[in-house]
Parts: sequence; C-alpha cells; structure tokens
Amino acid sequence: MSQGRSPILELNQITKAFGGVEALRGVDFALHAGEIHGLVGENGAGKSTLMKIIAGVHPEFSGRFMLDGKETRFRSTRDAHAAGIGMVHQELSVAPDLTVAENVFLGNQPTNRLGFVQWRRMAREAGEQLSRFGIDVDPMTRLGDLPIGLQQLIEIARVLFSGARIIILDEPTSALSPPEVERLFTTLQKLRDEGTSIVFISHFIEDILRVSDVVTVFRNGRKIAETASADTTKGALIEAMIGRGGEKLEHSYTDDLLLPQSGAGSVVLKVEQLSLRRSLQDVSFEARAGEVLGIYGFMGCGQLELSRILFGKLRPDGGTLAVDGAAKSFRSTAAARRAGVALVPESRRAMLFHQEPVYKNISISILERISALLLKPVRERAIAQRQVEQLQIRPPVVGLDLGMLSGGNQQKVALAKWLTYPPRLLVLCEPTRGMDVGAKNDVINIVRDLRAKGLAIIVLSTEPETVLSLADRILVLKRGALVREFAGEAVSKDRLLEAA
Amino acid sequence: MASSDSATAPADHKRPRGLASFLRSQMRNIAPFLTLIFLSAFFAIASPSFATIDNVGNILTQVSVTGIIAVGLTFVILCAEIDLSIASIANVTGIAVAYFTLQESYVNIANVPMPGFAAILLALALCALLGLVNALGLTIIGIPSFIMTLAMMQIAAGVSALLVRGQIAYKVPPLITTLGSGSIGGISWIVIVAAVMLLGGHLVLTYTRFGRYVYMVGGNREAAEFAGLNVKLILGSVMVISAVCSGIGGMLGVAHFGSAQQNEFDTYLLDSIAAVVVGGTSLFGGRGGIGNTIVGLFVLGVLNNGLDHVNIDSFLKILIRGLILLAALIINVYAQRLREQAAD
Repeated sequence: MSQGRSPILELNQITKAFGGVEALRGVDFALHAGEIHGLVGENGAGKSTLMKIIAGVHPEFSGRFMLDGKETRFRSTRDAHAAGIGMVHQELSVAPDLTVAENVFLGNQPTNRLGFVQWRRMAREAGEQLSRFGIDVDPMTRLGDLPIGLQQLIEIARVLFSGARIIILDEPTSALSPPEVERLFTTLQKLRDEGTSIVFISHFIEDILRVSDVVTVFRNGRKIAETASADTTKGALIEAMIGRGGEKLEHSYTDDLLLPQSGAGSVVLKVEQLSLRRSLQDVSFEARAGEVLGIYGFMGCGQLELSRILFGKLRPDGGTLAVDGAAKSFRSTAAARRAGVALVPESRRAMLFHQEPVYKNISISILERISALLLKPVRERAIAQRQVEQLQIRPPVVGLDLGMLSGGNQQKVALAKWLTYPPRLLVLCEPTRGMDVGAKNDVINIVRDLRAKGLAIIVLSTEPETVLSLADRILVLKRGALVREFAGEAVSKDRLLEAA
Repeated sequence: MASSDSATAPADHKRPRGLASFLRSQMRNIAPFLTLIFLSAFFAIASPSFATIDNVGNILTQVSVTGIIAVGLTFVILCAEIDLSIASIANVTGIAVAYFTLQESYVNIANVPMPGFAAILLALALCALLGLVNALGLTIIGIPSFIMTLAMMQIAAGVSALLVRGQIAYKVPPLITTLGSGSIGGISWIVIVAAVMLLGGHLVLTYTRFGRYVYMVGGNREAAEFAGLNVKLILGSVMVISAVCSGIGGMLGVAHFGSAQQNEFDTYLLDSIAAVVVGGTSLFGGRGGIGNTIVGLFVLGVLNNGLDHVNIDSFLKILIRGLILLAALIINVYAQRLREQAAD
C-alpha cells in the first residue's frame, strides 16, 4: 500500500457527459507508483470512460487532472502516450494483416539512420519481448492467422513492454485461457514491483481481488468505495457495485451442478461429421427444442468457426447439417435466417450499426416480415419499444443512436433483434462476455424464457461460468473435436476445465 | 440498470444533445448547402446575367444528364462502393440506341435499324447487362468495385468503338429525341426526367425496405451480414441500378447533344462522382442520400455556369473546379470524424 506517498496521477471532481447522458459525476481517483489498482462496476458505471479520459481518448471533460503533481490536459492519445500512459482497450485493436513483430512495434518501429525499418532487429526484439511473456510465436507470422486469445495477449504485451509507467487494462482477460491469465498476472506483478502503476478493469472479481492492491467500485457514474483488496470480499464488492444483496446473484460454480435429465423436445438441428480445414474435425451433435446446449472450449478451439457454419457465413469442407429434418447447405446468412437460424456473434462491432438509431438495429432482421416494399416506421418503432421495455434496455429511447448506449445495453439490442419473431435455432456466441452481474442475470432470464417458448438454443463460450449458468447439456470442444458430453449428470467448473 | 435518473433521456427529444453538437453531427448536410448559397450569391453579385430566370433554366438543363447518372451512383457510394464505368456505360448505351435506329444515308455505320421501342429496350438491356457483369465481378468473384468498374470502363468503351468505328451517328428514336431535346411549357423534358428520377431514387432510399438495406450495408457490412441480409444481392443490385441510370442518362444525353460518338461522356465520370461527394454523401458509406446529391449537382452546376458569366481565363476554370472538389472531399472526411465524435 502506498497511501502515505503522493500519487503520480490524481483526478478531482471529474465529470463527463455524452450528449445529455452523464457518464461520470464528480469522480475522484488517485493512482500511486507501484500499485495495481482494480476497478469494478456494472456496465455503464463509468469505469471505461474514466480510463479513456486518462488515456487521452476523451479530451473534453470537466474537473482537475494532475500528473506528477502538475495540472495537465491531454489533447489526444498521443499526448497521453508521450506522458507514459498506455491503455489496452476492451475491444481488440490490432492490425490483423501486419506481422506479429509489426504489431508489437506499431507506430514505433526501429529504423536506421535513413529511416528504413530494421526488420531483423524488429523481429528479434519482438520475439524476445513476447518470450519474456511466455508467448512462443514466429514474429513474422501474420497476426490475423493466430487465435484471438493470442492476438489479445500480443496486444497486451505491446503496451506492457512499451515502457509506459501507467498501464490501463480494460477487461484484458475476457479472451484468455486460464494458463494465459496466470502468465498475465505474473507479468503484472513483476512490472508493479519494478514501479509501474497498473489499472485493471475486470468483471472477474476473483481476478481483481487476487491481483490488485486497491479496489475502487463505480456505480452510476460515481465512485462508491475504495478499499485495500485485502480488506474486502467478493460479496462486499458485488453489493457495492449493484447496491443490493449481491452474494446470491453470482454463482461461483465451484460445486457440482446437476444437469437435468433429458426432457427436451424434437431435434431441431442435426449436425453430422462437420469438418473445416484445420478448425473442425468430424463434429456431430444435435440440438433440441426447449433445450440450451452449451459448447465450451478454450479460445481457438473451433467454436467461432462452428457458429459461422451454422449461420451460413462459412461453408464446411465436409459433413451435413439438417434443420427440422431437412438437409441444408446454406449459401448465405440470408438463407440461414430464412431457415430459422439466428446468430448473435461475440463482437458488438460486428453485429450492430453504431451510427443508426436503436429501433433500426432491432428491426433489421424482421423488415422482411413487416414490410413487403415500403417501410413502416411506426410499426418498427412500436416493435422496438416493446423489446426495449421487455429487455429493460437503458435509456429506453428507440430513436437514440446505438453508439450512445453502454456495452451491456448494446448487447441486449443485439439479442432483441431476433426476439420479435423467434427463430427455430438461436446461436449465441459469448452472450455474457464483458457484462456485469446484473446484465448477466438479465441475459440468463431472457435465454430461459426463450427456452420455455420451445427454441433450440446453442451457447458457445470460453467462459465456464457462462456455459454452466445457461446450459442444460454441455459439449466440450477441444482443438476442433468434441471430446466430452455432460448430460443428466453432475458438472462443475473443475470438471469442465479438466475436459477441455 | 446502469443508470436510472439522469441517463434516462426525455422521450420527446429524439437526440438529447446540445445545439452545437447537433450542428456538428449535421455538418455533412449543412456545409454543401452553405457552399451553394455562397456561390450563388457570389455570382449573382459578380454578374448581372447570372441571376435570371433564363439562366436558372440553363443551369437546370446543364446538370440534368449528370443528375440522371448521379442517381444510381448515389446508391453505389452509399454502399461504400464506387462505379467508375458510369460514363462509359452512358456512352455505349447512347451509341447503342443510335445503332439500332435508321441513320441518314451519309452516316457510314453498318447499323441495324429497328422500331424505336425495340431500340430503346435493347439499349436498356445492354446497360443492365454491363451492370450485371459489374455486379457478378464484385459479389461472386470478389473483385473490388474500384478495379472491376475500371475494367468495365474499358470494356464499355471498346463496345462503343466497335459499334461506331470512329463515325458519328445522329438519329435516335423519337421518344428519346423528345425526352432529350424537347420541352413542354417552356421546361426541358430532360429536366423533368432528371427530377423524376431523383425523386424516385429518394423515395426508394427513404421509404422502401431495399433503401434501408442499402444504408445498413453501407453503415456496417459485417453487421448486415450477421443480421441475415443478403449483402451480395444488395451490392449487386446497386451496381445494376447504377448502370441503368447511366444508360438512361446516356440515351437522353445523345439526343440532347444531337450526336452519338466515342468519348462523348468522358467528363461525366468526374462530374457525377463530384456531385455525389460534394453533396455530402459519405465515401465510407451509410450516410447521405439523394437530397445531398441534388445540392451537390447545384453546387457544380452553379460553379460551371457562373464561371462562364464572369471574366475568367477558361483554362483557370479547370483548376478552380479541382480545388472546389478537394475542399468538398476535405469536408466529407472531416464531417465523418465530427459525427463519430458526436456519437462516441
């Protein structure tokens, strides 16, 4: 703990509004040298906004910003960078078409006196840095060819080894496997001991408690509490975050959980011997009406590819796919949608129109049903309004541009677009990734409702909690092959991790 | 649940933000309009012959062919694609309709005379076919539209060359002659056709499902695909729409100029793209529309016409047009950035 010394970064009474919506209200925040500072709070509580102010992403705000005891104003991320502040954003921001080495040195390539990039030196140094982090890849590989988890680790590594003295990590572990998380934590602790200050935002409260020295809790744009990690518990933090008795809300899933005996309806989806180059081998399974089928596996196990095949975005090399007994070979996502398949992908950027209002985002998939030729905006808005109310999307204004909603609420909009005319099969990729406890529970309830309506639902996730909280039956996918099925038996996080 | 009181925007306001940020987000629409007003005022003061009823009629007639071609191009640019073959397709369609019409005996072209309606239909079929080739190249084979339509530009020019073989044809079907060079009640038919097509394009983009899809595909193509839209069908359709609009513009243009020959429409490529972009339709797709295109057409029309009314070196005009286009591009990119900030 470093409360006695003066902080290197001190913010007073920070207020920031987007349009009419206040994201931060009079927040004080202090960061000391050599500390790991955990931030927790529900989606939209203001954590990311505050960090973006520190990293120079939002130059306009009111309040006092002190760095090294001097009042400072960053006009851009470059200013922040020059002042030694580095941030890893929640959404992956890498250049997939460049090599690993170029990504590590993005904007900072070593050059000789004539300004030419020194490729060999860059590759060598990138390789050294990454191996310090326990990543063993060829620095000259195209980054986009690596699994997402590795890409995220490389992005983190870039910031960690950039020489920044203040490092902000926004949900860095969401795409990482447990051993990768361990490696990250070891590195963070080493950097902390060397005097670097680290801010760590995560929804995984166990992680926050394990790795950070101090925890700050945000709620509704305000700072609710700041305590030493050693002096608090998960339950206390959750309670502070959501302002109600929180212990019961989040199950830890360390104990055995009994999956129901099969009581599901007819087979909606039958997949046989599906294969795709290096990603999937002989995958066969069924999804039934009124059942949530969970598919668990580490990042890069083939889940993403599987979901794309089910929705007609990728074509398999071999195998068959049947919906309601009829063999299908989807030529496009439109064909899959017409056959009654719906997909909510894992990335918000990929599934939503940020510059369009909420109601257009909700109606996009059902326009065919409600309008033959001419649009019916009144009907569209009415349908959207109903969905917004049912899913408790905040703020409940269907004319608002989607980009002005918080991440969790955007996720709900993505789900809402499929719910007006429920599909036969709903495929959800990482439905609760990056969500707070309250929003997670909302999603769980929505999925249960849909199951009760007789939909077949497939949940693909790399988070064991997500699968355990939603699924009636669980398949484990490992390196493109199904290795284990849990049905009508006891399952726990440990057993799941063991199987994967 | 994230926020309860202050985050709940008042329901009667569509966009709860200040006037300044509203204006910033509307920069794309406001800037071209201000440019138009400024240019009109400037030329009205600089030249007494500019602000007359006759001259307004001139301007309208002068922008009509560009306007007809720009309707289809607006669809393409809204989808974040480009069509460089518009002028060539206009040219080949105009030549084709003359090719299928009986020419005077002194015209040395081995043409194939047909009844007027058949000539028009064949010419339309030709431009639709060329548009379809663009569409297939873009969607099925996956050639970027920039390259695909560059090839088509050459292909259409080649077909034109084969049809006229360096000669000039004069006759087109009577319907085309009337629409291209006739007038009714003092108003040129070509202005009416352009107005009807612009209106039609606006209605399709604003009030139909297809129009919504065009905006959504342009706004975020990946999300459109994940929403189960047939993105390839929509992209293919806009390429065909663009080619057919160009073809109509080409046929009427031939009647308007009174002749059909090689390279007749070359300047229309830049003019049409400029009209759409100067008007404020985003080159990144998803923002803008026919309203913007109309403002853009008038900016270009007023500029071209006005420069003839003031005493300026005619060679300098080309440079001035280039600079105005550059200014519009800067505003276009800048407006996109402002909007992203406002929505952030």
